[in-house]
Amino acid sequence: MSDLLTVRGLRLGFGKTEVVHGVDLQVLEGPYGLGVIGESGSGKTTIGRAVLRLHPALDGSITYRGCDVLTMTRVELSAYRREVQLVFQDGDGALDPRMSVQSAIAEPLAIHRTVARGERRDRVAALLAEVGLGSDLLARYPHELSGGERQRVVIARALALEPKLLVLDEPTSALDVTVQERVLQLIERLREHRSLGYILISHNLAVIDRLSESCVVLYQGAVVERGRTRDLLTTPLHPYTRALRAAVPELGVGRPPSTSRLTDGPPQTSSLLQPAGQGCSYADRCPLAVKMCRSQTPVLREVAGREIACHRAEDSLSL
Amino acid sequence: MMLEVRDLRISYRDQVVASVPTLDLEPGQVLGIAGESGSGKSQTALALMGLTRYANGVVSGSMVLDGRELLTLSPRQWRLVRGRDIAMILQSPRAALNPTMKLGALFSRTLRLHGMDKEERGPRMVQALAEVVLDAEILDRYPHEISGGQAQRFAIALVAALRVKVLIADEPTSALDVTVQAEVIDVLRNLRNRHGTAIIFISHDLSVIGELADAVMVMRDGAVVEQGSAESIFNQPTQEYTRMLLAAIPVIGGRSR
Ligand SMILES: Nc1ncnc2c1ncn2[C@@H]1O[C@H](COP(=O)(O)OP(=O)(O)OP(=O)(O)O)[C@@H](O)[C@H]1O
Ligand SMILES: Nc1ncnc2c1ncn2[C@@H]1O[C@H](COP(=O)(O)OP(=O)(O)OP(=O)(O)O)[C@@H](O)[C@H]1O
Ligand code: SF4
Ligand SMILES: [Mg+2]
Ligand SMILES: [Mg+2]
Repeated sequence: MSDLLTVRGLRLGFGKTEVVHGVDLQVLEGPYGLGVIGESGSGKTTIGRAVLRLHPALDGSITYRGCDVLTMTRVELSAYRREVQLVFQDGDGALDPRMSVQSAIAEPLAIHRTVARGERRDRVAALLAEVGLGSDLLARYPHELSGGERQRVVIARALALEPKLLVLDEPTSALDVTVQERVLQLIERLREHRSLGYILISHNLAVIDRLSESCVVLYQGAVVERGRTRDLLTTPLHPYTRALRAAVPELGVGRPPSTSRLTDGPPQTSSLLQPAGQGCSYADRCPLAVKMCRSQTPVLREVAGREIACHRAEDSLSL
Repeated sequence: MMLEVRDLRISYRDQVVASVPTLDLEPGQVLGIAGESGSGKSQTALALMGLTRYANGVVSGSMVLDGRELLTLSPRQWRLVRGRDIAMILQSPRAALNPTMKLGALFSRTLRLHGMDKEERGPRMVQALAEVVLDAEILDRYPHEISGGQAQRFAIALVAALRVKVLIADEPTSALDVTVQAEVIDVLRNLRNRHGTAIIFISHDLSVIGELADAVMVMRDGAVVEQGSAESIFNQPTQEYTRMLLAAIPVIGGRSR
């Protein structure tokens, strides 16, 4: 199977600070979901924005169906942004406060002239219905919506152009189970009927479990574990993945070994930037940390059918 | 009763978006509000903060805090109540932070307004941030220069420093992974235990509510469909919708209350 999107060695930063230190990602031709799990502040949103070229890359490559995204001309980029859509994390910033729901969703249709003017209103109402919203919301402005309604309007807007690749940044975090179920079913339908490929950023492991075939776990701007979603959630090996997994014992993929509890003791303030190359970034919180972890940075290597950056990956296997 | 709400109704252009017949809160009590998207949770909270009128909404009924009716307060009086008696972590916390001020200045100003000396402020800020697993380095940034989950945690640290009587937290952990979520819940739990802060905790996730709440209210379509002690709601839900929310909890028991 060929790649829809390939990201290699991506480095991203703000000013002089690098926040993403060489990340590889791969989304196969749809139907295909790549899950991205990671600590808050680990760079997920910045990566998502970089894929759309909304954030400049310091280094690395992004390839979409064989085309180099980073060197696309204005015209090529416009075509690219029609096929690749981003569902922003806060429904808030994503919507222009002066634009009604109707205009917000119709705008991409108008810009790319994909739907005749007369048909736009119906198309917009249909998109709203797909995310469980009534057309009574069409005339409302973003501040007149609830949090979950805003999040769904952002999703409807991203779907307007029938994208081939979606970057979904925490698409269901503001939604209760009933509405979340609806959105998940919508993604499942698009996946099968339109062969959608997507990058799904979520801290909800049940959502990742259900909608992605492979996933990566980010910690402080680097991938610490990568593999088939099933493998990672059944037998997480990296201590951070294990801590995440241990907090949701009944995920439907079987119980992981239970040694990795959440960090005990006072919280560590290590969630921000730490210079790379000085030991493992997880060492302060890691129950398995040994002396070597503080001096040598673990690199991704293959263990038990997945890639993992941890000196003690083999030990985790037997724990 | 510290906070007594009766027949609260919030409407926009004659359409009622939330109606709450009774809501009572004692010091140190935690009320969890759950419910479907659009069911009126945030609107109820905004009314308790006196913020509805800024969106051209109309509020009727009564909300009494320590014997004082809040509904009839002037905008000026409200400004004194907010931040001193009641404070809220908004569902989109970034929107509430002044975009032109660095986070350090924002935080410091808040502490100053509450009479804290200059020398005390620095250490207090660092400690408050550490409690929500944030590095003090972010104090030098602007609100748009931090991630979604970092903004959420900053807002919690800020509001926790206020030491109000009633703290309203609207989906305060929705952008956080479970490990950080646990720390944030500890911050709220400590506020309640050490300072007797009453908390209204809004979440669509009943498992998070179950960690903290003494009482639970479930809303749907602008109405309260179920209300009672956390025990009764968790053990004997009467509404189909509540049962559905409960069934969706991946973790049952095992974590400390
Ligand atoms: N404009 C900026 N200037 C400096 N640093 C920034 C800026 N925006 C984000 N950062 C930092 O970059 C890092 C990555 O941020 P990003 O928003 O990508 O994280 P995230 O993984 O999406 O987190 P969350 O789960 O909390 O949304 C964070 O540590 C954040 O503080
Ligand atoms: N300014 C407004 N004008 C008209 N209707 C509004 C306005 N603000 C909110 N509403 C409506 O009020 C209802 C309740 O909104 P509220 O924000 O309280 O929901 P919520 O329970 O917090 O939902 P969520 O979980 O999605 O955040 C929603 O249907 C919303 O569309
Ligand atoms: S390398 Fe060491 S500190 Fe890092 S995750 Fe592995 S065991 Fe823990
Ligand atoms: Mg993010
Ligand atoms: Mg809300």
